[in-house]
Amino acid sequence: MVQSKSLGERAFRIANMLVMLLVVVVSLYPFYYALINSMNTGVQVMKGFSALWPEDFSMQAWKTVLSDQAVSKAFFITLARTVIVTVASTLLTSMFAYAYSRTYLTGKRFYTVLGFVCMYFSGGVIPYFLLISKLGLYDKFMVYILPSLFGGFYNVIIFNTNFKALPDSLFESAKLDGATEFNMYWKILMPLSKPVLAALCVFTAVGIWNDYTTTLYYTQSPDLQTLQYFILKLVHSYNATEQLANNAMANSAAVASTLNNSRLGTGVVNSKTIELAAMVLASLPMIAIYPFAQKHFVQGVLLGSVKG
Amino acid sequence: MTTTPAPARKKKRSAALGKDARTQAELHLMLLPGTVSMLVFGIVPLFGLLIAFKDFRPIMGFDGIFTAPWNNLAHFRVIFNSPQFWPMMRNTLGINLLGQAVSITATILFALLLNGLRSARVKSFVQTVAYMPHFLSWVVFGGLCINLLSPDGSVINNVLVALGLTKGPILFLADPDYFWGVAIFTGLAKDLGWGAILYLAAIAGIDPLLYEAATIDGASRWQRMRHITIPGIMPTIMIMLIFAIAGMLNNNFTQIYVLQNVLNKPASQVIDTYVYEVGLQQFQFGVGLAISLMKSVFAVLLLVIANYGSSRLTDSGLF
Repeated sequence: MVQSKSLGERAFRIANMLVMLLVVVVSLYPFYYALINSMNTGVQVMKGFSALWPEDFSMQAWKTVLSDQAVSKAFFITLARTVIVTVASTLLTSMFAYAYSRTYLTGKRFYTVLGFVCMYFSGGVIPYFLLISKLGLYDKFMVYILPSLFGGFYNVIIFNTNFKALPDSLFESAKLDGATEFNMYWKILMPLSKPVLAALCVFTAVGIWNDYTTTLYYTQSPDLQTLQYFILKLVHSYNATEQLANNAMANSAAVASTLNNSRLGTGVVNSKTIELAAMVLASLPMIAIYPFAQKHFVQGVLLGSVKG
Repeated sequence: MTTTPAPARKKKRSAALGKDARTQAELHLMLLPGTVSMLVFGIVPLFGLLIAFKDFRPIMGFDGIFTAPWNNLAHFRVIFNSPQFWPMMRNTLGINLLGQAVSITATILFALLLNGLRSARVKSFVQTVAYMPHFLSWVVFGGLCINLLSPDGSVINNVLVALGLTKGPILFLADPDYFWGVAIFTGLAKDLGWGAILYLAAIAGIDPLLYEAATIDGASRWQRMRHITIPGIMPTIMIMLIFAIAGMLNNNFTQIYVLQNVLNKPASQVIDTYVYEVGLQQFQFGVGLAISLMKSVFAVLLLVIANYGSSRLTDSGLF
C-alpha cells in the first residue's frame, strides 16, 4: 500500500518535471534560436537555419544592425517614447488614483462613470484616426506621447485597490497637521506604494516598447518608425516572398531559387540574419527588466484578469 | 471591481475632514489631467460611431462626423452582402473559442502542475522562464514562429519529417488549413506562463489546513486537487470564462496581423484585420465603423449574459 503510493508519487514527480522541462524549452527556444542564427553567416542561413549553435559563426549581421542608421533611429524613437510615457503615465495615473481613492472626494460618481465608459466602450481605430488627424498629431512624434500620458482607468483601479490597503489614520494625522493633498500623495503614498508602482511601470514600459500599431495606424514617415515596426516590415516582406517561393517551388525550381535569392540575398550578411539580430536587439531591454519587478507582478495582475 | 463603501461609522468620523473647498479643489486638480485625457481620447472618439450611419467621406475630416448626411444603414447592407462577412465571422469565432478552450485548460493544468512541484526554487525558476515570451512583442515572437515553422530547413518541419510524421514539409503559414492551429498554439506558447499567475495566486489563497486535514483523512493527490484546489480556484476560472466569452469577437490584432499573409487570408481574416483593411487602408470609414459598432454592441451584450450566467451558476460574477 505504502509502496504503491510512493511509486505513484514518484511517477507523478517525474512526469511533472518533464512537463516543466518542456515548458522551459518552448519558452526559451524561440529567443535562443534568434540569437544563434543572428550569429550565423547569411550563406549558412541560406542552407538552413542552425538548430543548436551557430554553424558558421559571424558577428557581421550584428555589426551591420548596430551601425545601421534606420535601426539606431528606430531604437531611439522607441526608447524615448517608452521612457517619457512610462514616467509620465505612472505619475499622472497614480495621482489620479490617489485623489480618486479619497473617501471625502465629492463628485466621485462622475469619475467612476467616465472611467468605466472609457474602459468598456471604444470607437475603434477609425474615429481615433480622425481625432488624431484633427488634433494635428498624425505623423508627429507627439502621437506616441499625448494619447498615452494617462494610463487609463484600468490602472487606476489597480492603484486604488492597493492604496486602500494603507491605513486611513496615516493620512488623517497628516491632514490634521495641515498637509496638502499633493504632499500626502507625494510624501506618504508614493513611498509606500513601490511594489505596485514597480509592477505598473514594467507593464507600461513593455506595452509601449512592444507596440507597433500606433506606428502602423497614425504615422507614415520613416523617421518615426519604431523598432517593432521596422522588424514587422522585414517579417512581412520575408513572409510574402517566402510564400511565393513555396508556391513557385512546385512549378519551377529556377523561379523558386531566384525568389529565394532575392528574398534573402547572398553573402555573409543577408536580410534574414539582420532581421534576427534586430529581433534580439528589440527584445533584450524588456527581457532584462522584467525579472526585477517579477515578485510584484501578482499585485498588478490580480485585477488584471478584469481587463476586457 | 467597484469600490466598496467604507463602513458607516468610519465614514462619519472622517466626514468633516477633507470636505472643505480647498481640499476638494486640490483633489479635482489632481484628477484633471486624467479626466481631460479620458474626455479627449476616450469620449470624443465615441461620437465617431455616428459615421456608421452616415455617408462620410475622408475628405470631410473630423467635423464630417456631424455634418455628413445620414444614409439609411447602407454600410450595414454592404457588410452583410459582402462575401467576406461569413468567413470573417467564422475565423473570428473559431480562433477565439477554440483558442480560449485550449489556453484556459492548458493554463489551469500548468498552474496545477507548477503547484505540485516540491522545490520552491525549481518552481520560481520555471515561472520566471515561462514569463519570458510574454515580454517579447508579437512582432518578434510571431516573426520567430514564422521562422521556426518555415517549410525550408526550419526546426519544426525538420523534426516532423525526421520522425516520419509527414512526408514533406508542411506549409504552416501558406496553407489556410493550418492557420487556426498556428494562431492558437503560438498564442498559447506566448502566454501560458503569464496566464498561470492568476491561478497560482488563487491557489496560494487556499487555506493550507484544508490540505492537511484531507491528507490525514487519506485523500490522494488527485482527490485533494479535485476536491480542494479546483473548487478553490473556481471563482478565478469563472472570471476568465466571462472575459473569454465577452471577448469572443475580439481577436488579438497584433498577433493575427503579424502572422497574416495573402495565402492564408481565407483563414486569417478576422473582424479586427478587416476593419483595419477597409477602414485605414481602403478608407471606407463607414463600413469599417459599422462593423466595429456591431462588434462593440455584441461584446457588451455577451459580457452581461456571461456575467448573469456565471452569477446564477456559481455565485461568482463580476458585478
